[in-house]
Amino acid sequence: MLDFIVLFLTVGIPLSSALLLASLGETVNQRSGVFNLGCEGVMSMGAFVGMLIPFMVGGAGKVAWVVNLAGLLAAALVGALLGLLFGVVVIKFGAPQGIAGIGLQLFGTGLAGSLYRHFIGGAQGVAGIDAIRIPILSDLPMVGKMLFSCNPMVYFAFLMVPAVHYLLFKTPWGLRVRACGTMPRAADSMGIDVSRTRYQALAFGSAMAGLAGAYLSVCYAKIFTDTLVGGRGFIAVALVYFGRWSPLGVMGGALLFSLAQALQLAVQAYGFTTFPYEFLVMLPYVLVIVVLIFVGKSKHVGPAMLGKPFNREMRT
Amino acid sequence: MKHFKLVYTAGVILLSVLLTLGIASLILAVLGADVLKTFWVIFCYPFTTLKNLSGVINIMTPLTIVGVGICVAYRSGIVNIGGEGQMIMGLLLAIVFALNTELPRALALPAILFFGVLGGACWGALPGLLKARFGVSELLSTVMFNYIAAQFYSYCLRVPLLDPAVAGGSGDPQTVKLSTSEWLSRINEVFPSLDKGMRFHTGIFIALLIALLVYLFMWKTPVGFKMRAAGASDRAARYGGISVSRYMVLAMMISGACCGLAGTVEILGVHHRGLGNCTGGYGFSGIVVALFGGLHPLGVIPAAFFFALISYGCSALQINKIPVPSNMIDVLQGLVILVIVAAKLVLANPYLMDRAQRRLCALLGRKEAA
Amino acid sequence: MTPNAITSLRIEHITKRFPGVLACSDISLSVGKGEVLALVGENGAGKTTLMNILMGLYTPDEGKIYINNQEVVFKSPSDAFACGIGMVHQQYMLVPNLTVTENIALGMAQLQDGAKQDPFLTRAKRAAKLDLAAVRRHIVAISEHYGLAVDPDAYIWQLSVGEQQRVELVKTLCFGAKFLILDEPTSALTPQETDELIALLRRMSAELSIIFISHKLAEVKALSSKVAILRGGRLVFRGNTADHSSADIAALMTGHEVYLPVNQSKREPGKPMLEVRDLFVRGDRGNMALNKLNLTVRAGEIVGLAGVSGNGQRELAEALTGLRMIESGEVLLDGVNLAGKTPRQIIAQGMGYVPEERNIEGIVPTMSIRENLVLKDIGKPPFSHAGLISNKKIDQNADALREKFDIRCSGVNVAAGSLSGGNIQKVILAREISRNPKFLIAVYPIRGLDMGAAEFIHKQLLALRDQGVGILLISEELEEIINLSDRIAVIFKGQIQRTLGRGEATQRKLGMMMAGVKEI
Repeated sequence: MLDFIVLFLTVGIPLSSALLLASLGETVNQRSGVFNLGCEGVMSMGAFVGMLIPFMVGGAGKVAWVVNLAGLLAAALVGALLGLLFGVVVIKFGAPQGIAGIGLQLFGTGLAGSLYRHFIGGAQGVAGIDAIRIPILSDLPMVGKMLFSCNPMVYFAFLMVPAVHYLLFKTPWGLRVRACGTMPRAADSMGIDVSRTRYQALAFGSAMAGLAGAYLSVCYAKIFTDTLVGGRGFIAVALVYFGRWSPLGVMGGALLFSLAQALQLAVQAYGFTTFPYEFLVMLPYVLVIVVLIFVGKSKHVGPAMLGKPFNREMRT
Repeated sequence: MKHFKLVYTAGVILLSVLLTLGIASLILAVLGADVLKTFWVIFCYPFTTLKNLSGVINIMTPLTIVGVGICVAYRSGIVNIGGEGQMIMGLLLAIVFALNTELPRALALPAILFFGVLGGACWGALPGLLKARFGVSELLSTVMFNYIAAQFYSYCLRVPLLDPAVAGGSGDPQTVKLSTSEWLSRINEVFPSLDKGMRFHTGIFIALLIALLVYLFMWKTPVGFKMRAAGASDRAARYGGISVSRYMVLAMMISGACCGLAGTVEILGVHHRGLGNCTGGYGFSGIVVALFGGLHPLGVIPAAFFFALISYGCSALQINKIPVPSNMIDVLQGLVILVIVAAKLVLANPYLMDRAQRRLCALLGRKEAA
Repeated sequence: MTPNAITSLRIEHITKRFPGVLACSDISLSVGKGEVLALVGENGAGKTTLMNILMGLYTPDEGKIYINNQEVVFKSPSDAFACGIGMVHQQYMLVPNLTVTENIALGMAQLQDGAKQDPFLTRAKRAAKLDLAAVRRHIVAISEHYGLAVDPDAYIWQLSVGEQQRVELVKTLCFGAKFLILDEPTSALTPQETDELIALLRRMSAELSIIFISHKLAEVKALSSKVAILRGGRLVFRGNTADHSSADIAALMTGHEVYLPVNQSKREPGKPMLEVRDLFVRGDRGNMALNKLNLTVRAGEIVGLAGVSGNGQRELAEALTGLRMIESGEVLLDGVNLAGKTPRQIIAQGMGYVPEERNIEGIVPTMSIRENLVLKDIGKPPFSHAGLISNKKIDQNADALREKFDIRCSGVNVAAGSLSGGNIQKVILAREISRNPKFLIAVYPIRGLDMGAAEFIHKQLLALRDQGVGILLISEELEEIINLSDRIAVIFKGQIQRTLGRGEATQRKLGMMMAGVKEI
């Protein structure tokens, strides 16, 4: 039983990192009032770009590290650019964000798939970034394997939780972002450029989504497929609601969700093959819906003007 | 400047088209394709033979039905992204019934379609109820329901409905073939005098009928009127004595019913059995079609034809030795959504129009002065 | 430019256009040090637009602004703050889920961001950490200096309207304002709170220049030294307040002598039409917004409900129309209990409603006028038969009502949302009256309308009363209530304080009761 729990957590924590990065990014987006349902598309592009550079350049040892890092950075950059593109549509033109997000999702996943087939093709993988074993600590029983032999990006993802919390709640920029999401008119009256703040938040949030995608292709699967992202982008968006727009809550959601997913993998690994695994795969999605029911609507927490375009001259 | 609005509208539409084509060309160029030839294949190749055209119509059929369903939801204030799941649940119920019925064709066919509608309607009603009762955003819940439906379907294919012929083998799980009496016949089977290339199935007539019926329902009946009012302004509708939540659920049921029907028609007309990936992404493409058709059931018909055309064209790229993967269809669809939603807002924004008009006037005035 | 020295502010030839509207046309004004300028005009005269231009929120199409005889160009409110101008908007610009300190820090951080001359390290430090403690000290200092009590740690959503206004004032002063613009500062206050505010502003005018927007002439006389009157986007008058009587100013404001109709009928009202007994209803925050409220309105009677907004008016209107759940109590409309019924059933009982937010509650803005006119009756003959809509009947209905109610539009197929406020209200009134209601609830029926439309609406309400319909008129404008009502009920904290007959009610008396004083 203990083995089972260890396996379960050892699988679950790396799984949660992609969700966590993307969700934290989406939290910043939504705090500024922009609902980016296209996260899935951004992640796909991030996954492709992140893998492209290591695949093209290759290299070993120290060089490989630099190349992989360049891949991650490029993924973040492409993510930010896609975020800005989305921003032009929903901030500048004020288009409905839900539907535009679906557009971005189709565009991003389609483009990533097309470019992958052209530039990489086949089922080719990369060496990518491996997990590192922290000396001594990783030799501890159980926790050593669970917590101290992870991929560097896993540590990065969890470090981003306090970082994003600080950014949102302890810096002037975070204050601006929160004001723009709740009452853009008030922010505007104080000289804050609502559009610019939202563009910035969107660029940051989408860069995180791009990074989350790159984590999947460079660190987790080390390969790109059309289904690599597999709906994680949508779940990341849902987790923001689950986490009540707070980084800590989002982390809880990402862990809970990934553990539910890990449960399925662990059950299979332990050979309960007669149990239809599809129902275990379903579990996290059902969980999200159940959670959304209970989150409901409570006031004074989230961004009240989420999804509402702002235009100073278009009042009433 | 009397006709400025017309000029403005035409200008915006033209710019949108050019922008879309421009970005698409850029991507094609990056992919190393001959841009003109690619466009020729996408837009013109499907017209070259009747067989190709039949392929287009076969794609158009489910697209139309799903598109109409999305329109109903959208007009009632709900963005239904759950078309995929609703298609799956509809066709699943229809297949289960079809495999177990002994009814004669004249009864079996309508009954199978009915079960498809029923499955889709029930699956669509769920997110509608969740939104009406608990305020759960349909944008998120429908996506989750898609995944749940997909998993349930793959379980059904793998275990209870598995074709014994592939059991234990390495092939993809699928159901046994439906008996031919339950298929939607091809048009040249109904009218043997037609050319052999006319191979599209009769589902297209169901699609056109549904579009017409939904149009009449939404624009000519009080219930449709109330649904549109609830969608356009839920508060005003509530104040006007319209039960917004009830119509929200009804709209999702109709929307889901359409999707379920589309899935069933696709099975009866094309695949003739249940297998993985048989929804063809129409649940998402239907959204694009609905937007492109101006969110009007009758506008959906040409929009569906257009997207069926480029969809067929994209899938034919490889045969025509153009090195562009068929994922290109997703790219185009995403691009079209982004451009349409932005362009619609530009058209509806009086401030932008006013500014454009003043600039144009200033420009023309200067020319006259010079 | 240092914020310490605004000796004169001048705007010249300001023009601003919105699509289809000339909001400000060639307006020139000047304010000197220590002066209080009252900017007066009807709704839609362009007052707020002009002030938003002065704050850098709108850019003018033409015209210039001078401070101390130097031209300034404001691209954003930050530029205006930097020059020492601050504005308290009519709708408070405070973020509800932030504390007072955070709200003020928001603007202060923005101001500091503009200070580009600071060394890079100072700026980087400021960007990396929000110094709330310093802002809090600043707030305490300012609030003590001007005698404005605020709690820096309270969340905005916890504060009352009056408290929020103090926060707005403190905020503006924290930004270093030496020149205050106040947009209808008294519109949500009781007469007593208004007196306090005027006293406060008078004290502050020793140190600051003030422009205040108002259409209440008593305040103008009490506070301002100069007055400027706008009408239809043009400046029609400028002068010293002391030289002109209230009547002169009123006449200039409207451009013509206006006689809003007054209820002079002597007819005795009939049987009780609406009886509210011990009504309890919850507000949005879960508190009891209506606390054992009792009220009776008889047939052929207008009862005015006076009160400061937020005392349960909105909840009462929504409870009576079935839009808000009734916790306990009875609502009898012509003897039928409405408690627990749906809006649809209540409408069928003969309830008419002119809601507060006419643009989003009264009409479906994107639907046409003809469709909005049948919004409540679409499912019934003559507008539909055997489940199908009869477009011919709907058109006939629309044409008849358009004529009868003087709805000015280019056609009944136009989207209702594109009409002016007055015409939207006429559409709503036309729909409600043509349904032959037994009872009508009218909430702020003429708010934001020009005088012509207001007069028309009031006449319709009086005519409806004479036909024997019971009317509940909810308004903040005491003049409107006193003009129209047969009886006046004063609501305070979810209860009716007292009901006065037409003869007894004076503005002063009502004002005291609205503030919670029971016996006068």
